[in-house]
Amino acid sequence: MSMLKIENLEAAINGKQILKGINLEVNAGEVHAIMGPNGSGKSTMSNVLVGHPAYEVTGGTATFKGKNLLEMSAEERSHEGLFMSFQYPVEIPGVSMTNFMRTAINEKRKYQGLPPMAPTEFLKFIKEKRDMVKLDAKFMNRSVNEGFSGGEKKRNEIFQMAMLEPSLSILDETDSGLDIDALRIVADGVNRLKSPETSVIVITHYQRLLDYIKPDIVHVLYQGRIIKTAGPELALELEERGYDWVIKEYEDSLK
Amino acid sequence: MNSETQDNSLIREISAEKYRYGFTTDVHTEIIDRGLTEDTVRLISERKGEPEWLLEFRLKAYRHWLTMEMPHWAHLDIPEIDYQNISYYADPTVKKEGPKSLEEIDPQVMKTFDKLGIPLEERLALSGGVAVDAVMDSVSVKTTFKKTLAEKGIIFCSMGEAVKNHPDLIRQYLGSVVNYRDNFFAALNSAVFSDGSFVYIPKGVRCPMELSTYFRINAAGTGQFERTLIVADDDSYVSYLEGCTAPMRDENQLHAAIVEIVVLDRAEVKYSTVQNWYPGDENGRGGVYNFVTKRGLLKGVDSKLSWTQVETGSAITWKYPSCVLQGDGSQGEFYSVALTNNWQQADTGTKMIHIGRNTKSTVISKGISAGHSQNSYRGLIKVGEHADGARNYSQCDSLLLGDKCGAHTFPYMDVKNETAIVEHEATTSKISEDQLFYCNQRGIPMEQAIGLIVNGYAKEVLNKLPMEFAVEAQRLLSVSLENTVG
Repeated sequence: MSMLKIENLEAAINGKQILKGINLEVNAGEVHAIMGPNGSGKSTMSNVLVGHPAYEVTGGTATFKGKNLLEMSAEERSHEGLFMSFQYPVEIPGVSMTNFMRTAINEKRKYQGLPPMAPTEFLKFIKEKRDMVKLDAKFMNRSVNEGFSGGEKKRNEIFQMAMLEPSLSILDETDSGLDIDALRIVADGVNRLKSPETSVIVITHYQRLLDYIKPDIVHVLYQGRIIKTAGPELALELEERGYDWVIKEYEDSLK
Repeated sequence: MNSETQDNSLIREISAEKYRYGFTTDVHTEIIDRGLTEDTVRLISERKGEPEWLLEFRLKAYRHWLTMEMPHWAHLDIPEIDYQNISYYADPTVKKEGPKSLEEIDPQVMKTFDKLGIPLEERLALSGGVAVDAVMDSVSVKTTFKKTLAEKGIIFCSMGEAVKNHPDLIRQYLGSVVNYRDNFFAALNSAVFSDGSFVYIPKGVRCPMELSTYFRINAAGTGQFERTLIVADDDSYVSYLEGCTAPMRDENQLHAAIVEIVVLDRAEVKYSTVQNWYPGDENGRGGVYNFVTKRGLLKGVDSKLSWTQVETGSAITWKYPSCVLQGDGSQGEFYSVALTNNWQQADTGTKMIHIGRNTKSTVISKGISAGHSQNSYRGLIKVGEHADGARNYSQCDSLLLGDKCGAHTFPYMDVKNETAIVEHEATTSKISEDQLFYCNQRGIPMEQAIGLIVNGYAKEVLNKLPMEFAVEAQRLLSVSLENTVG
């Protein structure tokens, strides 16, 4: 089943064209890795998919579970099951994680025509998901991301992913700033959430995270286009040889 | 992205916010003729059946008021007010005799308070027990739990009743904290004041329930000039709440109140306000002018007074709840959230006057400005020569939504004792697009996201409110900002 289908997607920020025709199809149960050198458009692509207002879609289509993704507001995309783990999760002072998650969950339930979750049920749910990503209870009373270490912030992202039970998760450079232990815990959480019905797009600069979250398909993004798509072995090859050979191959093909 | 696009995408057209208390009550109200003369003052005093000394008090104030001019130092643009075009007394209660039981109150008045969520029947009182004095226009229509409180010697009644039943206390304390000469609006209030509440907590008594006064303006063309006096005797404690709303009208209505608090040895008073007077419409038409003098005298040693205010209403607010820290070791606190939207203006803050030794004061002010509003914090920390070891900490934060509004901070310090430590911190911030988007990505729509972020910002102050009030205040902060962002 097609989870996400992107055709000729183009996008700009502040009038500057970043994505120049992306084609990508992700099926249910698949893990895709999107790799590429700095400035290739990786973060733009993830932000465009989740509907960040700073980015302007200038062409192409994106279909998410059969629906036109680009017509939906950011919160509708979330309610429909699209999640992004942010590269730099923001702090929201004074808003406790519990309150934040309760608001998010109840907004989703409202969208689905369900009543708000009862407090006891919610607390049980939160505990179950916390255990899954090994996030200590003390974080629930703290303000969203405030005073969290880099690793805690990323673990908190995966915790939110667990809470919202998305069908497609985009992990935007989740490995950046993580030491190996934190990386393993985060990857563990992601793997535990994987199912034949859900898909993951891992956006990363390095192979490292892919040792823990095994991709089915690897893409190389360069100058706003996907220039190479192959199996998991591509990631290893990139780790070993860098991006230059892929870029050269691509440039040669254009001649 | 540049900051301009950020703002434009962040802040959209401002449209009418929802003001759910904007209804009027059709109740027979006796309103005296518009205008203010010595005869008006005499008429009010006569209507209230007051003793001679109180009439004299009023007349002195009135004569002094005539010599004064409206203050213009605040960062406010106040249109000309025609003091002769206001009625100074409006009585919506049955007039033959004062109401003695619930049955005698006009059912329309009862309904009004029901609609406002203020139950006037004791059996319907909020959990935990809150005694209410309900004031509509110039008159207190009902005070609940008077008997229960009287068993502990606590007096909780309307000012009018207190003048009749407790003249000695009123004579002793009325005007002892805010003199009629204090300022223009204090003089005006002292001349024409009508019902507010009187509270007396006897020595050593801890008031078993929250006391509250709910002020409602109903009649058109009138002003409300309530007067409240709280006296906490040695070693006593009371938590007092104040709420206020008014109908939506195109005309501006004047509200000029005085609140005086006297705190004796080791006593503690907590005074919380949720001010939600009608703020005017999205074009700045109508709304209440809220010109209020609130002050506490911490007369006793180790006495404590805490002001907590959540200000979301009024077209113009001019208000500085203050503490005179006279007793050695006395402590004053001021926690404020002031939100302005559309064309609202607020100039609010506090004065902490340190006179006694080892006195302490804390000021936490959180301003939130949206639309075309102007929001100013104005605070004075004064430390007298003899105030050895005085300590103050002030923190003033401003949060801006959009680029058409203004936030200003005017901190004044006057320190005459070198052992004093006075600290001031100020920040100005905006809700970032990244914060909003983070919420959106988690499925939280824009308005809810703003409500969440603003409430988080104000949390430190909201936490100081009693439970029921905190919930209402949170809701108000969210509702007052509806439609500020597209």
